[in-house]
Amino acid sequence: MLRTATLSAVLMLTPLAARAEITLSGFLQQDTAFNTAGQNPDGRHYKWLEERAQIKLDATGDAWRLLAKGDLAYDHLGRQNESELREGYIDYTGGNWDLRLGRQVITWGLGDLVFVNDFFPKDHEALFAGRPLEYLKRGVDAVKLGAYPEFASFELVLAPGFRESRIPDAHRFWLYDPMPTVVNRETVKPGQGDIGLRAYRDVAGYDAALYLYRGFQRTPSMRPDSMTAPAKITYFYPKLSVYGASLSGRAGEGVLSLEAAYYDSREDRAGSDFAVPNSQTRLLAGYQIQPMEDVSLGFQYYAETMHDYGAYLAALPSGFPVDKRWSHTVTTRLTQFFLHQTLRLSAYASYNASNGDHFVNPELRYSFTDRVWGAVGANFFGGKPWGQFGQLARDDNVYLQARYEF
Amino acid sequence: MKTKFQSRLMREARYAGTKHWWIWMIAALLPLAFSSQTLAFSGEEVMKKSQAAFLYPGKDFKARVVMKLINKDGQERVRELTMLRKNAGEPGGEQKYFMYFFQPSDVKDMTFMINKYPAKDDDRWMFIPAINMVKRIAAQDKRSSFVGSDFTYEDVSGRDIEDDTHVVEREEKVGDRDCYVVKSTPKGADSDFGYKFTWIDKANFLPLKEEQYDRKGARYKQFTADEIADVKGIPTAVKRTMKNLQTGHRTEAAYLKADYGLGIEDSLFSERFLRQPPRKWVD
Repeated sequence: MLRTATLSAVLMLTPLAARAEITLSGFLQQDTAFNTAGQNPDGRHYKWLEERAQIKLDATGDAWRLLAKGDLAYDHLGRQNESELREGYIDYTGGNWDLRLGRQVITWGLGDLVFVNDFFPKDHEALFAGRPLEYLKRGVDAVKLGAYPEFASFELVLAPGFRESRIPDAHRFWLYDPMPTVVNRETVKPGQGDIGLRAYRDVAGYDAALYLYRGFQRTPSMRPDSMTAPAKITYFYPKLSVYGASLSGRAGEGVLSLEAAYYDSREDRAGSDFAVPNSQTRLLAGYQIQPMEDVSLGFQYYAETMHDYGAYLAALPSGFPVDKRWSHTVTTRLTQFFLHQTLRLSAYASYNASNGDHFVNPELRYSFTDRVWGAVGANFFGGKPWGQFGQLARDDNVYLQARYEF
Repeated sequence: MKTKFQSRLMREARYAGTKHWWIWMIAALLPLAFSSQTLAFSGEEVMKKSQAAFLYPGKDFKARVVMKLINKDGQERVRELTMLRKNAGEPGGEQKYFMYFFQPSDVKDMTFMINKYPAKDDDRWMFIPAINMVKRIAAQDKRSSFVGSDFTYEDVSGRDIEDDTHVVEREEKVGDRDCYVVKSTPKGADSDFGYKFTWIDKANFLPLKEEQYDRKGARYKQFTADEIADVKGIPTAVKRTMKNLQTGHRTEAAYLKADYGLGIEDSLFSERFLRQPPRKWVD
């Protein structure tokens, strides 16, 4: 339906296009990620194996812009032919306001692979299977209104339908499952959309922002029909509101980022439903420095705390893993450029001090020419079998990416 | 060199004969006074005038910059961007830079903003189109390479004059242009160069040549202004080369469609336009 909408938009805009500047670009890409710790649940040896083509159409008029990015891919691991509209939107730019309508990628907040105020859908599978960074984010089908009066800037995102984050496929990744014997499973998506608001401005040289979100958790929760003799599991997306803030600016030699948010779990405010995440506070402090030429170092401390921990403990069925009230995570990223910034080494590591969860992602990327680049990297996971990364301990992989841009 | 005024005085003195011996005295002393006035520019003054002429002309500035990064084997890579600059006030004061990248294709649509402050670290923001994210980035190392080229950030947007001591060493011609040769030595130890010489055109104060020496005193990098064009009456270095003499790598930068006084609004330098750069400014 969205594709039809985009197509009709293209046709409607054709008269405008006469005055517009139109560019076509895109790329051809090969992605391979092979397992280093064992085979997939489905017996395959690859996490990812595909050829992909992207076409990007960009038509810009005076106040209008149309952008459409579409992917065609052939997946060798059973998904076969895949097509996806990555982004497809129309922009209108007014004096101190603007509007973007259609499928769009939105990123809010300051975290590096840690999300406090970024309420928009992600593709966790893409990250864990070693796909290029841009596939970490999924577009939302929404209208985004920007207003820029003197005293602050505002972005309002209204999505008529809910779009979930993509979690790793259980055929490819070993995922923790407390009830592996139940095969009858269904997913229920919210029938409503969601809404997000960001207000930001400069405060004494710092970038300050406030965030509001009313919608749903992007990753599903699971509810069995019976605790004693479950026959069916329903995946659902609990109601969620978020109230957050962020601040970033120069501190000493580097850039300091601070972020906080209150996650109001509207589906279960009492915290007594074990299937629904407890209300939370999330805190993030990040610091980035450039200790020498072409080297960047980033550190993050990230904490989550449950608000109704007593109720959580009381409601948790026996045999389920127990989370701690506080979860403390530290991450670090090193990025270094060589050979006139054509070779980039990057290494990201995350460690959760509360449950031992860890994730390491080193990557080397080289631009052979201005149009051709390749990357080799790895994803290593570990921790407790039910942790975010610990459950993926058998999913370690080494990946190769090659892209030709035109 | 005698000025017209001096010559006239001398002529008058000759007519006046010995009766007006004081005119002779003045005439004799004048060249001294004039030449000492021309030499009276201190190294710092020359560098300030040069900064005003090279990095601050016009209220604002726009150019399409095409940089060719050429290695010693002649292999080329191209970096192409639109650069916009706006001055907040007088030369030497605050400036804002906005850059939009066209090439290479993996950084197409990337934008970059710098708030430049005298004697203080810059503020820098980058928009990463792949994930639609605006990020503030640390920027204390101004001697870093600009987009992988042989130019540093300071070569592009200027170095604080107070960071070095400047001495006019001599005067010399570059081609047919009379130049001051200024030796600049960093006061601190944070710099990649030990000292440098800059050949500054005496007429328009543009740097025509610069030779940097490393901390061991070996020749390191060489800048040349290869073409000066008149843009709205402002002499502008529209072709520049920075060559690393130790690696043989060089970067040739062409400033195409250079223009001044365009009336760039302050509002351009904002997160809003980093995410959605207006076509009229980046084309």
